[in-house]
Order: sequence, then C-alpha cells, then structure tokens
Amino acid sequence: MSSFWSIWVWVLTLGSLVAYVFLLRWCLKNFTGVKEGESMGHSFDGIEELNNPLPKWWSTFFLLTIIWAFGYIALYGLGGWSGLLGWKSSNQGILNIAESKAKTIENLAKDSGVLVQYDREVAQANEKYGPIFEAYAARTIEDLSTDSEALKVGQRLFIQNCAQCHGSDAHGTTGFPNLADKDWLYGGTPEKIKETIMHGRKASGMAAWSNVLGGESGVKEVAAYVISLSGRSVNPDLAKAGKEKFALCASCHGPDGQGSLALGLPMGAPNLSDNIWLYGGSQRAIEESIRNGRAGVMPPWKDILGEQKVHVISAYVYSLSQD
Amino acid sequence: MKNNHEKVEKNVGLFFLFTVLAISIGGLVEITPLFFQKETTTPVDNLKPYTALQMEGRDIYIREGCSNCHSQMIRPFRAETERYGHYSVAGESVWEHPFLWGSKRTGPDLARVGGRYSDDWHIAHLTDPRSVVPESNMPAYSWLNVNTLDGELTGKKLETFNWLTRNRSHKDENGNPIPLYTQEEIDGAKDAVKGKTEMSALIAYLQSLGHALK
Repeated sequence: MSSFWSIWVWVLTLGSLVAYVFLLRWCLKNFTGVKEGESMGHSFDGIEELNNPLPKWWSTFFLLTIIWAFGYIALYGLGGWSGLLGWKSSNQGILNIAESKAKTIENLAKDSGVLVQYDREVAQANEKYGPIFEAYAARTIEDLSTDSEALKVGQRLFIQNCAQCHGSDAHGTTGFPNLADKDWLYGGTPEKIKETIMHGRKASGMAAWSNVLGGESGVKEVAAYVISLSGRSVNPDLAKAGKEKFALCASCHGPDGQGSLALGLPMGAPNLSDNIWLYGGSQRAIEESIRNGRAGVMPPWKDILGEQKVHVISAYVYSLSQD
Repeated sequence: MKNNHEKVEKNVGLFFLFTVLAISIGGLVEITPLFFQKETTTPVDNLKPYTALQMEGRDIYIREGCSNCHSQMIRPFRAETERYGHYSVAGESVWEHPFLWGSKRTGPDLARVGGRYSDDWHIAHLTDPRSVVPESNMPAYSWLNVNTLDGELTGKKLETFNWLTRNRSHKDENGNPIPLYTQEEIDGAKDAVKGKTEMSALIAYLQSLGHALK
C-alpha cells in the first residue's frame, strides 16, 4: 500500500475513534439547564419528557468498544502496517500459481514474521492427512480396492467430484457411463481407470452420419442392424440393408460392433452388441446417435485433485466392478 | 450553548448530511484505497478477455440471475479450496464489469467451474438439472436451447469493455496498455455469435471460468 493511502486509512480511522470519544463526552454533558431526572417542562397527554442522561451501561460499553479498537489495530494492523501478529487471511496480489506456492513456502518459514491464516490451515491439514494419502499412494490400486477404509475415502471423493455425471451410485445416466458394470470404453484395468481420471478422455467423436448414409432411410437401416446385434428383433430387410452400410461404422466399432476396446483401439467407441447403451437403447435414441453423432468428454482431474487422490478414487471405481 | 442537538434533530437536511458522512467513512477507509492498489488492479498473468460468444453467455448468466444462487468467489478456507480449487484473487476480477461474485450459495460456487464438466453435461444439466443430479433443486433453463443470438450489440459490448478496462489491461514490453479487443475482433463479433443458441453462449462462458490463475 502506498504511503498516501496508508496515511489516508490511518487518519480516517484514528480520527473517527477520537471523534467518537468527543462525541460521547459531548452527549454526556448537560446543556439544558434542567437538573438530571427532572422534567423538561413539556408534557403530552400526561407523558412528560425527563432530562435523563445516556444510561451508564451504554456509555461505558461505547467507551470499551473504542478501547477495544485500539487493541485490535495493534494486533491486526492498519493501512500498510500488518500489526503485531503479522496476520493475513491469504496471499492476495499473486499473479500465478507458482507465485502463490512460493509465497506459501515463504510464509511458513519460521522467521517470516507473518501469519497467513490459510497457509497455516492447509499446512496443519497436510500434516494430518498427508501421511494417509502417501501411504495409499504407495500401495497398488488392486490392493487398495480391498481396503474398506481406503474405499470409504475414495467414495467420499467420488461423491464430491464424480457423482454429478456418473451418479452417486456410479451407475451413470444417459451420456455418462455406468462405472459399476464390466462394460468399459477405455479399459477397466486399474491402470486404465487411473489414466482416464488423471488425464480425462475425449472421444474421437462419432460424426453425424445422416448424409453419408443417404438420409433417413439409411439411418433407419443401420439402426435396425445395430439393434439386431444385441439379439433384439427387428425388420430383417432393414437390418440386412443396414449390415452392408455398417462397414462404414466398423473402423471404430469393429466389424461385429464389438467396440474399439475389444479391437485395442483408443477412440472409445462403445460395444454395440452387449445391449448396454450409453445414449439410450430405444430405436429413437439409436437413430438419433447415428443421425447427429455423439462425442463424450471426461475432464482431466490431475490438476484439480492431484495424483494421490486420483489414486484412491481409482481404487474405489475399480472396486465397483469387482465381484 | 443550549440544546445544540436540537439543531440536528429538527433539521432533516443537516441530519441527512451527518448520516451520509458517518456511513461513508467505512467505505472511504475500506473500499476507496482498493481502487488504487497494485494488487487489486493488476490482472493475473493468464487473464484472457471473454470471446464474443463468452461475453454473450455472461450476459445470459446475468439475465437469468445465476448469481442469485451461485457465487464466483472461493474464500481462502481449506474447506472451500478442497472443493473448488485455489481461492479467488483480485487479479482475476479486474476486468469484471459488473463483478459476479454473488453473496449466496444455494448452488455451488462457479468461480472455477470451467473444464470441470463436459459441454454435454452442461447441456443436459441446464435443460433438465434432475436428469444428471437427481437431488438438484436448480430450475430448468430449457429455453436456452431454442433462443438464438442476433449479435446486434455484441460488438458494442466488446468496445465498451475496452473502455472500461483501459487502465487495467495487460501491458506490452514497452509498458503500453494492450486493449482487450482489436478493432477486427469488434467488427467480427456479430458474425461470431449470430445464429448460435443461448445455450452454447452460456456454456462457452461457464467453460471459460477459473482458468486465469495458472
């Protein structure tokens, strides 16, 4: 804070405090010429105004708050001066995360002379919870997935951060995969689950196929074939025509619609033959997927949660599909 | 001196003047200096101006009253930063006119919501919040899918923001201010948003939130 504004704050604050003292003294003086407790000489409907002073308890408390203010200023500072405690709530004025981290380390040094409430709070929490997460990070995800305490931690983190899309029971909803079954888009091994959470996933994106397939009739044919893949009954003529056009879909979904994962490909194209439907399994929903395309996105969590927490969440997610 | 206080009690104008004086002291001490502090007027390194579409989305955010239930202000408490990310700093808000910090959280804080959810999630959630969060009490904003932008005023908005932030923009290597928007961007603003749905504008805005502090 520049010296001008520092002086501004000091003058206005101390000036106000001094003015309060004078105001109080002035209000306590009797200027009326009438003795205390006696009538001011007018009465309305028998109600008289007496010349009573401010109550003693009130004026005493007023004075005490003024004294309190001086103590408060001494401890917490004023203007550019940070007070005897050197207290601050947080590090304002930082321009990037690196600066924030550097400031925190600086503040926590023993001889820094400042007490940054937030930094201290986090440091204390890290001291308490850090070793727990470190111990978890040292164990494999498979191992953690059988540790009921670790799973509870993982579940809390999941509910806090993942449930908005995948649901609090992790069963997903339209457009957001069920994590509790054995059907995976990018792989259900512990390593793949962790990779997905850490770095996110962006489906290569299914294009809108309506035009390529020759309009609505083509969409209906392919939809019929796709429905037939999971053994549901469809118009056989449509399905037959759709099968020929499905060659276009095979490069991602595989020749038999078994999905990109079964082919060892990374694009996250779902298995179409298991009757599990990410975007709905009705004829209408499947036609819509073909007509307009789909592209699911999973955000990356590495920077938001950090690797240690992702590790524990991975164990929780992994445990959901284990019997 | 007899009954001096009668002068104040019987003169409304004088009483009003003293009241204003007494009330403004707090603001003069606590708010005014902030307009002139380096740490409250310097943009953080990675602060980027809203694109034309994000700017329109921001106005929809204001129009729909999102800030009545959602704050954009992460306070420096561990309980908040664990949930939302790094606490908000002044340098992230120096180009905000008006700021949308909010003061009430019926829903969660949105200061760092950008990138946390996919666009698809936002569409589903804004169209029908209960389709993805069954416990949600947020209203549905399905009309955002239907309404489209005409972009008539978008260029003007960008121009206005150039003026509003003229003293607080980034500086080039010679120390000259870099305006938020070039003339080209202002001229192209209409075409950049024309025909887009309000949904896409609002989501563009939401996805932009919170990336400035890196």
